[in-house]
Amino acid sequence: MKSAVIVFPGSNCDRDMAVALERVAGSKPQMVWHGESELPDVDLIALPGGFSYGDYLRTGAIAANSPIMRAVKDAAEEGRHILGVCNGFQMLTEAGILPGALLRNAGLDYVCRDVSLTVENSGTPFTLAYEGGETIRIPVAHHDGNYYADEDTLNRLEDEGQIVFRYGEAVNGSQRNIAGIRNKRGNVLGMMPHPERLVEAELGGTDGRRLFEGLAKTLS
Amino acid sequence: MKARIYITLKTGVLDPQGKAVHHALGALGFEEAQDVRQGKYIEMEVADGTPRARVEEMCERLLANTVIENYRVELDGETALGDQGA
Repeated sequence: MKSAVIVFPGSNCDRDMAVALERVAGSKPQMVWHGESELPDVDLIALPGGFSYGDYLRTGAIAANSPIMRAVKDAAEEGRHILGVCNGFQMLTEAGILPGALLRNAGLDYVCRDVSLTVENSGTPFTLAYEGGETIRIPVAHHDGNYYADEDTLNRLEDEGQIVFRYGEAVNGSQRNIAGIRNKRGNVLGMMPHPERLVEAELGGTDGRRLFEGLAKTLS
Repeated sequence: MKARIYITLKTGVLDPQGKAVHHALGALGFEEAQDVRQGKYIEMEVADGTPRARVEEMCERLLANTVIENYRVELDGETALGDQGA
């Protein structure tokens, strides 16, 4: 699996993402600056967590209009695989690649801890290595992770199996406890929890590693 | 000329910040405050004669997220220029 990690001014999980991808896929991902307008020929594009542009205006809003995001949009339409984590998920909604929006956490607190997640859909390339309905623990670290979409959109997400991860506990006020969704075609996943932070037993667990293993299996 | 842009959360979208402000006003004894919704106000200097549609395009593409927000544009001297907006 060849991959690329897009780096924005204010990204701070880009190197963790690169390490996770390298550990699992065996090859170093290419780091691509947001000001580039073309993507390298890779199987997976990762939008990392962080605070791009200081979260000014709205989280992910300015990054979503970076030159590279036009290429990411085209790649999504071509069916290439895209993973957006935390700030990356916020960018994907701001860019209109995924539906809905991420609002300020309902409790107003920045939430930074391990949370339990249910794997709602194990039939995606991102979740192949999980069992459907399995409970896993992955850390979150965000201030704006409160997923919002109108009722029709939420119902459509449910009906189409687009809800991939749900929180197993109260975290941020997300509607229907949504922690991660995919697009209709299934090649784009956005999630607030950080799988790249749990890829080694020495660092507390490997529940995140399996996401990358599933991808590597699909995309190799 | 000046463009004034008001960005507000759509009805039904939870506003935890507005709620916290409302709560704080109550704690200060301002019981008259019945509900608070927090938004953004953007003041922009635009080239004279900029049509309203152009500023609205800025709102659609960047300044507001129309999934969760509404926007309202006020333009200085718009009536004088004969625009139909507002």
